[in-house]
Amino acid sequence: MEIDLIFRIAAIGILVSVLNAVLKKSDREEQAMMTTLAGLIVVLMMVVKEIAKLFDAVKTMFNF
Amino acid sequence: MDIVKIAIIGIIAVILILTIKKDRPEFGIIISIVAGIIIITFILGKLAAVIKLLEMYSNKAGISNQYLIILLKITGIAYISEFAAQICRDAGESSIGSKVEIASKIIIVVVGIPIITAVLDLIISLIK
Repeated sequence: MEIDLIFRIAAIGILVSVLNAVLKKSDREEQAMMTTLAGLIVVLMMVVKEIAKLFDAVKTMFNF
Repeated sequence: MDIVKIAIIGIIAVILILTIKKDRPEFGIIISIVAGIIIITFILGKLAAVIKLLEMYSNKAGISNQYLIILLKITGIAYISEFAAQICRDAGESSIGSKVEIASKIIIVVVGIPIITAVLDLIISLIK
């Protein structure tokens, strides 16, 4: 679970930035924005799950 | 040996953040959040042993469990607010970070009211 999550997010980030550059060159500005938003949403979904898991662990640990 | 794993995770995360931060800054912050989460979930297991030790000795010393629970709750609140405030500062929003910290201080005082009243009652009873 641990390190590959970082690599997955980094890969999505690099992919989005490359796609952005390509789409900008072929002057499709709005699609570039779309891919950025899509990539961001995918990554945010993963991160929110991880944050929820962390806060649950802290809650059970410090018996809130 | 665990510290080696944590150090490696931190270094790899920093390198990845630097590569991505130039053209996609929001991904840089997300990677730093995930790296923080991984390191802390890794360490929480060790923390459980410390808390068990505290509980064992507080029972042995006859201290009522109620105060220990409040202390643990306060450290939990302090840790979560520190986690959020540091992320806000990393992203450059230090005003939001300080708001989170002020809110957590107020919550800690509210949670700590039973301890404060106990101490004050003790002092008053000594004075009289």
